[in-house]
Amino acid sequence: MDQRPLSPHLGVYKFAYTMSLSILHRITGCAAAVGFLLFVWWLTALASGPDSYARAMQCLSSPLAKLLLVGFAFSFVYHFCNGIRHLVWDTGRGLERAQARRSGAVVIVAAVLLTALVVWLGCQAMGFSHPGPL
Amino acid sequence: MSLRTPLSKVLGRGSAGDGVGHWWMQRVTAVALLPLTAWFVISLLRSPLQSYDAMRGWLGQPWVAVLCMLLVFTLAWHSKLGVQVVVEDYVHGKGAKTTLLLLSTFIHIFAAVTGIVAILRIALS
Repeated sequence: MDQRPLSPHLGVYKFAYTMSLSILHRITGCAAAVGFLLFVWWLTALASGPDSYARAMQCLSSPLAKLLLVGFAFSFVYHFCNGIRHLVWDTGRGLERAQARRSGAVVIVAAVLLTALVVWLGCQAMGFSHPGPL
Repeated sequence: MSLRTPLSKVLGRGSAGDGVGHWWMQRVTAVALLPLTAWFVISLLRSPLQSYDAMRGWLGQPWVAVLCMLLVFTLAWHSKLGVQVVVEDYVHGKGAKTTLLLLSTFIHIFAAVTGIVAILRIALS
């Protein structure tokens, strides 16, 4: 049972940049799972009254929290954009190598631009005049 | 030669017993999350987040509460399916794998119920 044949694994393939997009989809998905818990924590704070909400918003205003929020923003935006790419693949379209490389580039550019937009609008919504340490 | 019975071939449910159910629900929840998350993020970015009263007022509206509960439920489901795949792919010890899968399932359900109860408290207050 220990010597069953293995299918070709990561090591046998020449590196292609689309591989890093693929693993980034998983990493950002895991980060978004943590972001989901943060979202529930925020909802609970809002439900628990003005004091607990003020404390929660105070926590979210620390430099470390700001940095994490930017990370969560990128994770969500990237996972969202690349998720659309995956859904298109599921319909059988865009699977040629050149197409997959091109759509990958579109996703990266869109994710970076949208993250910048979300961070900028987020600073205004949070009442920060600037993103603090960033 | 195959050891699979004709019935198992016809049903096409594989060794886990639920066929493409996992794969399909990940897609269904993904499609649902596109409009839900886009709506939620755009709404939040246009809100005065530091104002407790404004945020309570916003989330207290019936349709906002309904959409937020759908968001929490669908996020939990999609996240649970995704984390499950990651654990199954990268954790190889049987005990560790089972423990992590159970833990992930419990945490996701706990978070979903907690989030929905929080929204209900706001909407019904």
